[in-house]
Amino acid sequence: MGRYVLRRLLQLIPVFLGTTFLIYALVWAIPQDPFAGKCGQRPCDPAYIAEMSQKLNLNDPLLVQYFKYLGNLVVGDFGTTFNGISVGEQISTSWPITLKMGIIALIIEAVIGIIAGVLTGLRKSGFLDNLVLVSTLFLISLPVFVTGFVLRLYLGPQGFDLMDTSVSSDPTFGELILPGFVLGSLSMAYVARLTRSSIVENRRSDYVRTAIAKGQPQTRVVGIHLLRNSLIPVITFLGTDLGSLLGGAIVTEGVFNINGIGGLIFRGIQEKEGVMVTGIVTLLVLVYLLMSLLVDLLYAVLDPRIRYE
Amino acid sequence: MSDPGSVSGGAGLEASAAAGVDQASHVDDSSQKQRKPRSLWSDAWGELRRKPTFIISLVIIAVIVLMAIWPTLFTSVDPRAADLDKSLQAPSGDAWFGYDLQGYDVYARAMHGARASLLVGIFATVLTVLIGSIIGIIAGYAKTWLDSVLSRFADIFAGIPFVLGAIVILTTLNAPTENPGVARIITQVVLSIAVLSWPVAMRIMRSATLVAKQQDYVKAARGLGASPLRIVFRHLLPNTVAPVLVYATIALGAFIGAEATLAFLGIGLRPPVVSWGVMISESRDYFQSAPHMLLFPAGFVTITVLAFVMLGDAVRDALDPKSR
Repeated sequence: MGRYVLRRLLQLIPVFLGTTFLIYALVWAIPQDPFAGKCGQRPCDPAYIAEMSQKLNLNDPLLVQYFKYLGNLVVGDFGTTFNGISVGEQISTSWPITLKMGIIALIIEAVIGIIAGVLTGLRKSGFLDNLVLVSTLFLISLPVFVTGFVLRLYLGPQGFDLMDTSVSSDPTFGELILPGFVLGSLSMAYVARLTRSSIVENRRSDYVRTAIAKGQPQTRVVGIHLLRNSLIPVITFLGTDLGSLLGGAIVTEGVFNINGIGGLIFRGIQEKEGVMVTGIVTLLVLVYLLMSLLVDLLYAVLDPRIRYE
Repeated sequence: MSDPGSVSGGAGLEASAAAGVDQASHVDDSSQKQRKPRSLWSDAWGELRRKPTFIISLVIIAVIVLMAIWPTLFTSVDPRAADLDKSLQAPSGDAWFGYDLQGYDVYARAMHGARASLLVGIFATVLTVLIGSIIGIIAGYAKTWLDSVLSRFADIFAGIPFVLGAIVILTTLNAPTENPGVARIITQVVLSIAVLSWPVAMRIMRSATLVAKQQDYVKAARGLGASPLRIVFRHLLPNTVAPVLVYATIALGAFIGAEATLAFLGIGLRPPVVSWGVMISESRDYFQSAPHMLLFPAGFVTITVLAFVMLGDAVRDALDPKSR
C-alpha cells in the first residue's frame, strides 16, 4: 500500500508540472508586453518596469522564471500583483467561500443523486424511474447559468418570494445552499444516472442472489452488499468532481455575486494580473490531482478485492 | 475535468460514455443471440427504429439543422434590424419572443443564431474526436512507454478546469479591447474547446482499443503478418468506433452549451456574430426586467442539447446488448 501511494505521488509530479507550466506559459509568454495598460493612460515609468521585471523574473528565460515562481510557491509565497497587493492574502479570503460552496454542492449532488439512483435502479422502468430519467436529461441539457438565473429570479423576492436569494460578502452555510445546489445540479444528474446503471448491473450478480438466499433482510442486501459494490464508479466521479466544481464555480459566483475564487480569477484575467491567475489555477490543479489520488485509495476501502502492491 | 459537458466541470461525459466502452467487448456475443446472425450496427438500427426518444431527437435535430442552413424559411425579419422604440418589449403577436435591448427581434435572432451555435458544436466535436481518437488508438495499440507518455500528456490537459482554461486561452489570444473578426473568433472558440476536451475522447478510444486488441481476430491478423496500419484500420477501428461515436453525439450537445457559457462570460463569440450564446450574454444585465431575452435563446440551447444527449443515450442503449 505504502509503495503504491508513493508511486502514485511520483506519477502526479510530471502532470502537475506540465499543467501548471502550460498555464504559466499561456499567461506570461504569449502577451508581448506585460506592462501594457498597467499605469493608466501613459507608459510605465522605466524604474517601475525595472523593479517589477526584477521581482517577477521577467528577464529570465521562461523555464527559469517558472521554476523560480514554483520555488516561491513551495515556501507559501504567492507573490504580489502589479499594485503590490499580496495574492496569498486575496486567495485566503475568497478560497474558504468557494470551498464551502463546492463542498455543499458535492454533498447535495451525492445525497440526492445516490438516493435517486438507488430508488430507480431497484425499480427499473416504473413511474419514478421515468421521472428521474427525464429530469436528469433536462438537468444535463440546462446550462448552469440558466438554472442559476431562473432559480434566483423565481425563488427570490421578485418571484414567488420563497427565500432570500442574495448572498452577503461573508456568506453563511444557509446562504450558500441555493448556489451550491445550482453548482451541483449538473453533476447530480450524472451521479443519479451512474448509480442507477451501476445498481441495475450489480442487482443480477451472484453475491446479491446469495445474500437474498441466505435470508438477509432487504435493507442489508441493498445497503451493504449492493450499494458498496455499486458505489465505486460513483465515488470516482464525485472525487474528481470537486476539482471541477471549484473550477466551474466561476459561473455560479457570477450569477449570485459571490466573492469567491471565480470572481478573483475572472478579474485577474481581465486585468492581466498573471500572478493571480497562475496562483489560483495551480491551487485548483493541486486539488484535482490530490482528489484523484484519494479516490484511488478509497477503492481499496470500498472493495477489499482490490489490492495495491 | 476538462469537459465542457458540464462547464461546472465534468468527468460527466466521460462517465456517461464510459458505459459504451465495455460494449466493445460484447460486440461478438450480440450476434449469437439472434437466430439469424446480424451485424452490431444493423441490430442496433432495428432497435433504434422502434424507439420514440430516437425519433423525437432526430426530428428536433433535423429542424435545428434546417434552421441553421436556411433561417429565412422560419422568419422574414432581418436579425440585424434594430428599432430602439421597441427596446425590451415583451413577447406579442408581432414578435413572438419580444424584443431585446437594441430593439432586435428575438425570434428572428434565435432562428439566425442556430447557424453559429451549431457550427461551433460540430467543428469542436469533429476536432476533439479526431485528435482524441488518433492519440487514443496509438496509445492503446503502442508499446507501454509510448502509452504512458501519451496518457500523462492527456492528464496534463485534463487537469485544467475547462472554464478556467478556456478563459485563459481566449483572453490571452484576444486583448479585451480588440475586436477580432468572425472567422477568427469562431476558430478560437472551437480550438480552445477541442484543446481542453480531447483527453476524454482519447481515454475512451484508448480503453476500447485495449479491449479490442486482446481479441483473437487481432492476434490472428498479427500472426498472419498484417502490418500495424492494416490491423488498426481493418480490425481495431470498426470495433472501437461505437463508444467514441456515442461520446461524440453527447459532446456535440455539450459543446453547444459550452459556447453559450463562454459567451455568457463575455469571452466567446461576440457581436456582430449572431448566436444563441451571444444573445444570452447580451441579456445578462437585463434579465430581471426582461426575462424573455434570456429564456428564449436559453430554451433553444437546452432543447438542442437535450436532443443530442437523448440521441446519444438511445444509440448507446441500442449498441449495448446488456441493456436488452
